[in-house]
Amino acid sequence: MTTEAATAPRPALDLARVRAWLPKYGVYVAILVLVGYNVLFTPNFLTLSNLRIQLVQVAPIVIVALGMALVIGTEGIDLSVGSVMALAAALIPLYLGYGVVAAILMSLVAGVLVGLVNGTLVARVGLQPIVATLALFVGGRGLALVISNGQLKDVRNEDLIFLGSGNLFGIPMLVWIAALLVLVVAFVVRRTVFGRRLLAIGGNRPATELAGVPVKRVLITVYVVCSVLASIAGVLAVARIQSSDASAVGLLIELSAITAVVVGGTPLTGGKVRVLGTVAGALLMQLVVATMIKHNLQPSTTEMVQAVIILIAVYVARERKSR
Amino acid sequence: MTQGIVSDPEVPAAVVAADERRAERTDRIVGLVQRQGALAVLIVVVLIATASFPNFRSFDNAGTILVAAAPPALIALGMTFVIITGGIDLSVGSLYVLGGVVSAYASKWGLLPAFLVPLAVCGLIGVVNGLLIAYTRMAPFIVTLAALLGARGLMRALSDEGSTTYLVTNDAFRSFGTGSFLGIGYPVWLVVVVFALGMVLLSRTRFGHAVYAVGGSEDAASLMGVAVRRTKVWVYVMSGLLAGLAGAINAAKLGSGVTVLGTGMELDAIAAVVIGGTLLTGGAGTIAGTIAGVLLLGVIQNMINQVGNVPSSYQQVISGAFLAVVVVAQTYLVKFRRVT
Repeated sequence: MTTEAATAPRPALDLARVRAWLPKYGVYVAILVLVGYNVLFTPNFLTLSNLRIQLVQVAPIVIVALGMALVIGTEGIDLSVGSVMALAAALIPLYLGYGVVAAILMSLVAGVLVGLVNGTLVARVGLQPIVATLALFVGGRGLALVISNGQLKDVRNEDLIFLGSGNLFGIPMLVWIAALLVLVVAFVVRRTVFGRRLLAIGGNRPATELAGVPVKRVLITVYVVCSVLASIAGVLAVARIQSSDASAVGLLIELSAITAVVVGGTPLTGGKVRVLGTVAGALLMQLVVATMIKHNLQPSTTEMVQAVIILIAVYVARERKSR
Repeated sequence: MTQGIVSDPEVPAAVVAADERRAERTDRIVGLVQRQGALAVLIVVVLIATASFPNFRSFDNAGTILVAAAPPALIALGMTFVIITGGIDLSVGSLYVLGGVVSAYASKWGLLPAFLVPLAVCGLIGVVNGLLIAYTRMAPFIVTLAALLGARGLMRALSDEGSTTYLVTNDAFRSFGTGSFLGIGYPVWLVVVVFALGMVLLSRTRFGHAVYAVGGSEDAASLMGVAVRRTKVWVYVMSGLLAGLAGAINAAKLGSGVTVLGTGMELDAIAAVVIGGTLLTGGAGTIAGTIAGVLLLGVIQNMINQVGNVPSSYQQVISGAFLAVVVVAQTYLVKFRRVT
C-alpha cells in the first residue's frame, strides 16, 4: 500500500525475508507438505474416520500444550503436567459416587492446588521453574498412585463416556473441547490485560515489576491455568479410555507438550506465545507419527525423525542475538 | 561473595573492617550449610534408619545401597558438570538405556568392547549435543530433549523395537558386575575412582575453573580468555560418556541390556544434583554434594524397602517432598547470603 514498499528494490529471493518468515510459518508449511504427501501417497488417509482418530489423539496434547505455552511465555517451564493428569485421573473413580460433576470438580481442584504450589514456588520463593515443577513431577505421580492404590479402575459412566467418545454434529466431543480451549487461550493472550502482562513478564520481568504489574500474582495464575488445563486433559483421558490408570495417564506428556510449543515457534526465552502455532506444532508431530505408522515404519525411526524435526524447528527459530 | 561494602568516607575504616569480618563469617556458615546440607541430612537419615531398621545396619545392605546407587551416581556426576556450566542434559536417561543395550551386544566381542563401544556411542551423541549447544545458541533443554528421543529411537532400532534382549555372554564382564573386592562390588570401586577423577578435574584443573567460569558468566569468561564453546562441548561429552558407562555397569550387573528402564532417570539425576547443593543457575556446585544427594535418594529408597509392605509410590512422594524442602531451603540460604 505504501509508496516506500513499492519503490524498494526487490531481489528475487530475499534471504533476510525468508529468515523472518520461516520461523513464523514454517510449521504450517510443513503440515501442508505432509498432508499433501499423505493425500497423494497414503491410502485411506483422507477418510473421515482417520481424520477423527488423528484429532482425538492429538486433543489432550493440544490442551496440555496450551498451558505449557502460557508458562513458557513467562520464561518458565512446567514439568509437572503429566503428574497432574495422573492425579486428576486418580480422583475421578474416587468421587464418581457423588456424580460426574463432583468428580470432575475434584480433579480440577487438584489442578488448582498443584498450580498454586508451583506458582508460589516460582513467584514467591523464587525457585527456577524447572526445579519448582520437578518436585511435583516426582511426587505428584506417586501421590496419584497412593490415591488409587496403584490399581487400574474401570470408569463406566454415561456422561463421562460421552465426553470421551461422544460426537456433537459429527465431530468428537474431545475436539470441540480442545478447540474451545484454544479459542479461549488465544483470546486471553491477544486481547486481555492478563495476556499482555504475561507476555511482559516473559519479555522483561524487572521492567514489568517497575511498571507496577502484580508480577507474582500473574505468575501464580499462569501456573494454575497450566495445571487446570492439564487436569482437564487428565479427565478427558479417563473419559476416552474408560478407565483410570495413574501409572500410565500423561506419562511423558510434558515432553510432547514442550515439543509442540517449541515446534510451533514459541521461544523458550519467553515474551512471546504462539497459540495457533502450538496447535500446529502438536498437529505436525501427530502427522509425522501417523504418516510413519501408515508406511509401516518402526517407532524407533519415528522417534529419530521427531528428534530431527525438533532440532530443525528450533534452529530455524533460534534467537539471533545472545540475550 | 559480599559486595555490599563500599568505601564510604563517613564510616570509619575500623567499622567497615568489622562489618566485613562479620559478613564474611555469616557468609562462610551459610555457604557451608548450603554446600554440606545434603551431607548433614544424609547423616541424620542414616542414623534414623540404623536405629529403626535392624537390617539397615548390615554390611550387606550398605553394599546393596552402594551398588544400586552406582549408575545414578555416574549420571549425576556428568549432570553436575553440565549444570555448573548453566546447562542441562535431558538425554542421559536414554543414553543410559542405549549404553546398556550396546554394551550387552558388544560383550560378545570381549570385556574391553563391552565398555568401549557404549562409551563411543554415547560419547558421540554427547559430542553432537555439545556442538549444537555451543555453536548454534539453541537451548540445552531442547537439544538434549531431541537427543532423548533420538537415542531412544536408536536403542529401539538396535533391539528390534525393544523385543530383543541381548544377554551378556562374556564371563569376565558378567563377573565385573556381580563380583566384589574387599566385600565391596567392583562397580562401586569404579565409581569411586571416576568420582575421584571428577573431583580433581573440577577443582584442580584449568578445565574445572573454566566450567565454573562459563556457568558464572559466559561473557566474563570469554573476556577472560576461557574457551567457552570448547568447555561446553566437553561437559556434554562427559555427560554422555558417563551415562554410557552407567549403562554398561548396569548391563554387567543384570547380565543383559534391558530396554525398558531409564525413563525419568535424567530427572532423578537432576534432583540428586540439586539436593546436593548445585545451583541450576550455574556457576556453583560441588561433587561431594552430588554424592550426598545420590546417596540420600538411595537411602530413602532403601528405607522404604525395609519398611516392607509400603508401596514404592510412597518413595516418589517422599523424594518429591524432600526435593521441594531442600530447594526451598537452599533458595532462602542464597537470598540470606546476598542480603548480609
